[in-house]
Parts: sequence; structure tokens; C-alpha cells
Amino acid sequence: MSVQVNASQVDERTLKDLIESESNIEVTGCLGQRYLGVARKCGQLRITGTPGNGLASYLDGGEIYVHGNVQDAVADTMNDGFLAVDGNAGDALCYAMRGGRVFIRGNAGYRAGVHMKAYRERQSILVIGGRAGSFLGEYLAGGTIAVLGLDCPAGSQLTGYFCANGMYAGSIYLRTTARPVGLSDKLSCHLMDGEEKKAKLEGLIRDYASAFSLDAQQILSGPFLSIEADPHKSYRQLYATL
Amino acid sequence: MMKEGEVRIPSGCAICGIFSRDGSQICGDRIAHAIALMHNRSNGLGGGFAGYGIYPQYRDHYALHIFYDSLKSREETERFLDSHFDIINLSKIPVRQTDQITDPPLIWRYFVSPLVHKIQDSQLEENEYTARCMIRINNLIEGAYVFSCGKNMGVFKAVGYPEDVARFYRLEDYSGYAWTAHGRYPTNTPGWWGGAHPFALLDLSVVHNGEISSYDANRRAVEMYDYKCNLLTDTEVITYILDYLTRKEKLTLEECANVIAAPFWSTIALKDGQEAARLAYLRKMYSSFLITGPFSILVGFTGGMMALNDRLKLRSLVVGEKGRTVYFSSEEAAIRAVEPELDRIWAPAGGQPVIVTLDEGVRI
Repeated sequence: MSVQVNASQVDERTLKDLIESESNIEVTGCLGQRYLGVARKCGQLRITGTPGNGLASYLDGGEIYVHGNVQDAVADTMNDGFLAVDGNAGDALCYAMRGGRVFIRGNAGYRAGVHMKAYRERQSILVIGGRAGSFLGEYLAGGTIAVLGLDCPAGSQLTGYFCANGMYAGSIYLRTTARPVGLSDKLSCHLMDGEEKKAKLEGLIRDYASAFSLDAQQILSGPFLSIEADPHKSYRQLYATL
Repeated sequence: MMKEGEVRIPSGCAICGIFSRDGSQICGDRIAHAIALMHNRSNGLGGGFAGYGIYPQYRDHYALHIFYDSLKSREETERFLDSHFDIINLSKIPVRQTDQITDPPLIWRYFVSPLVHKIQDSQLEENEYTARCMIRINNLIEGAYVFSCGKNMGVFKAVGYPEDVARFYRLEDYSGYAWTAHGRYPTNTPGWWGGAHPFALLDLSVVHNGEISSYDANRRAVEMYDYKCNLLTDTEVITYILDYLTRKEKLTLEECANVIAAPFWSTIALKDGQEAARLAYLRKMYSSFLITGPFSILVGFTGGMMALNDRLKLRSLVVGEKGRTVYFSSEEAAIRAVEPELDRIWAPAGGQPVIVTLDEGVRI
């Protein structure tokens, strides 16, 4: 049984306190309230509306579901847990994310997944259903980013400019045959075969599809490009390897 | 007062716009309601609005909104106006006393037309004559600031939060086909009445969220064309650049966007031959007007509005549409505060201008 609150009827402080004190809570009528679900560790938070910037920053466990679009700086430095957004996301999504999973049904803005990381069992995962803006996965240091182009024509560009600039670890998967424009020569980019898709993507896509009631098989049947740092000429030697 | 670079106020901003393509009237309280949702993006050191189509009864006259520090500056300015313009109407701008807005200057409004023989003597066309007169007042008359001088439009601004500024100026008494709004959070420059946004010259107004790294290079460039940057903040230079490029160089707004938010050379290299040549020409020809640093701006002008981000999109900007009305905002929530059900909402790419204009045949 979850607590229900209409965000338009309480002030922002009360709303935040309530979200902090309740492990299962449903917020309706959300409109621009910032920093919701920050550093939550457990439980379930459901939001309907348009939450403000900084949603799910430092999230450390539990689940957040948003029915609506989210704005900027969502899941900033998220450490663990799960966020699903049935809508679009703004700029700087999952900046410096360190663990957990973020699923976006629609598009993401500029700078999604900049400097995401991974460490041992902490593997940050970001899946974007539509397209992403420029600077996707810039300085990627670990973890997985997938962009699915679900409502885009086959062979579309799914990212803007400067995709994966300075990336030195982790993986980016794009569900298209179109290589990002201006991809750095320090990265390798190849079309995945059936076996590789099964090994690296099947579990991820099944989870994503079930979150939004989509057909996983249909998503998996599309072509996927895999982008990774080229071990022979990457920036890896500049950083400690695991 | 301390100037740009001499003072730092640690801190974001909020911008918002509503444009009705079919010319239907939007009451000023609507834009105030939208910008109020982004209260936390400002810090009370500046708020302002620009309304278009708000003075239909004086549509052929320049509407001057002027701040005066003293009676002396008003007398001196009115002497100047008398000798250069035919003053059709003058009055204080009606304001509401509120606790939130304190220490206002004298705020006056004049509807004027340039004196015909003066224009003839000057050999300038009407807009250029008026613009030069306004720059002269701002530059030479101590304590007088013309902050709005277009036809059938007006700027209302003050030190305070935007919603308080709207109450102060009784914005609910005005309606027009377009509005822009700004909530200020000054980062490098003083928060004062003249420094609040929008910044306007003739009918062109700019609200800006960001910080211009190239300010001094841009300032030196526009000052070569007789503009004077004396309002102690970086945004006014955008207004002068756009006025210069559109009114004097006759560039289209798309071309202006390609100048001030020019694509990187690496991006230009990816374009096809003709487009690459066009972009390269604009970048080289107007290199001093490239604006670097983060920005999102809304530019209001007679019959239209343009939204533009810096090429890296370092500030947020979303566009919503419902029927013939278009909404622009730093945050989606502010749009939904006044129009919960939108037909479409999207985020334009960096450097990609979104330009809306009145439908054909709409009279304003």
C-alpha cells in the first residue's frame, strides 16, 4: 500500500520531506519540483507529471517510475537503483553515473551519459528508447549506454555531434547501421552479429522491453552498432586499468 | 557603480516566451504565471517582460519607456525629446506599490514620432534616426535610461523576482500577441534596474540565460558601428549585434543564428559544398560577432520570435506547441503550468534557431 500525494496541494519542502519519509509513495500533479528522490536508498516512488531538474540525483537504491517527461540533470551521480521514465529526458542525463539502471522510453537531450563509470559489481546502465543529442557518452569511463531509435526510420542517425568523444572504457550500442558522424579514430565501431547481440544485449533489452511493455524480440531483431575504446590506441594507458 | 569584471556576484536564469501565430491576445498575467514556476532559477536581482502588440492605439508611434534617476535627468531628456520628436502622449507608467519591489527610479512612457524636418536634415530613415537618438540619451544624459523604444511593443523590467515585477507593472492590464520573460540570477555583473532583461533597441528585444565569454570582443566590434554598451551587463551586446545584422546588414534571422552561434569548423566540414561555403562565409565575414559561452536566448521582434541556443547547448531550452500558440521555456514545467496539454514538445539542437511568425494576413 503506497501513500499518495498531489504535488499541487503541498509546498515543495513538504513534498520532499514526505518522499524522504515514505518508502512507497505515489506523487501526482508534479510540476517542476526539483531534486525529487535524491539519494533514496529503497522503496518505490511513482511520479505523474513533469518533475523538475535533479530528479533521482545520487539515487542509491529502490525504484523510481515517472509517467511524463523529465527535465535536466536527471540521475546525476546515481549510485544504485532503478529509474524508468515513460517520456523524454532533458540535458545532462546520468552525468557521472556510477551504478544502477536508467530506462528512458523517449529521447534524451544533450550530454547523456557523460563520464558514466563502472567498478566491479557496480555497472551503470542507460537505455534511451528514441534518439540522443550531441555529446552522448563523452568521456565514458565504464558502464553501458544503448540508444534504440525505436520510432526512427531504419538507418537513422541516433545521436548528434561529438558522440563518445574521449571515451576510454565501457560500451555504447546504437540500434542503427548509421555510424555517428565524426566518430574518433581512437574508438572501434562494428556491426554486431547475432551471437554478440545475444551475449551482450539480450538481458538488457528484455529488461527494458518489460519496463515499457514492448516487444523485446522485435527490438533485438534490429541492427546494432557497438562502440568501444580501441585497446591499441585508446586513452586507457593514461588511466589505471582494472 | 562597479562595471563588468569589477564585481562578481556568485550564482542561472530563466527565460520564457509565448507567441500566438494567429495574433490572438495573450494577457500579461499568463506569461507571469509561466515564469513564476521557475522562481528558483532567479535570485530576485532582476525580472522583466517584453510584450508585442500591446499598444495598438499607438501602433505607428515609438513607445519609449525610460528610467530616470532624478528629476533633473527627466527634464534634460524631455528637452532632448522635444527637440527631436513630436510627443503624442506622455505619462508615468502605472505601477502597483508592493513590498517586493523597492527603490524604483522614475518610470515614464512617451509615445513619439520623429520630427519630419529633423529626419530630413539627418538624411536617415526613421528607425535609424530614432535608434541614434536613444543611444544618445543613454550615453550622454546622466541618470536616464531608455529601456524600450519600439512600436506597438514595450519592455517592463525591475530588480525583483519576475512574478513580483509583473505585479508591480500591472502586467494583467496588458495583452498582446507575443510575450517574452526573464528571471535573473546575475553572475558577474550588478543587479540593477537597467541591467534587468529584456534588452531592447527599436522593436527588437532579447532575453538571455547564460554568460558571454566573448563579451569584450563583441563589445569592441559593435562599438565600431556606433553602438554603446553602457548598461553594465553582457546581454545588451546581443541586442546590438542582432540589430546591426538584421537592420543594417539585412541578414535573415537564420543567417544571424549562423553568425552568433556559428557551427564549429569540423561541423561545417561535414556539410555539402554549397551549405559549407555559406556557413564558412558567414563565420569569416562576421567573425567578431561569434558569441561564445553558454546561452539560450529569445529574440522578440514585430510579428515574430526566435529562440536560439549556443552551438553546444549549454543552457536548456524547450519548445511546446498547442494549436497556433508556441511556447518557449528554460523548463518544460513552466510551459505546462499554463498549457498542460500540448500538441508537441521538443528541444531544439544547439545553434538551431526556432523562428515563429504571425500567420499571413494577421493584423496587429
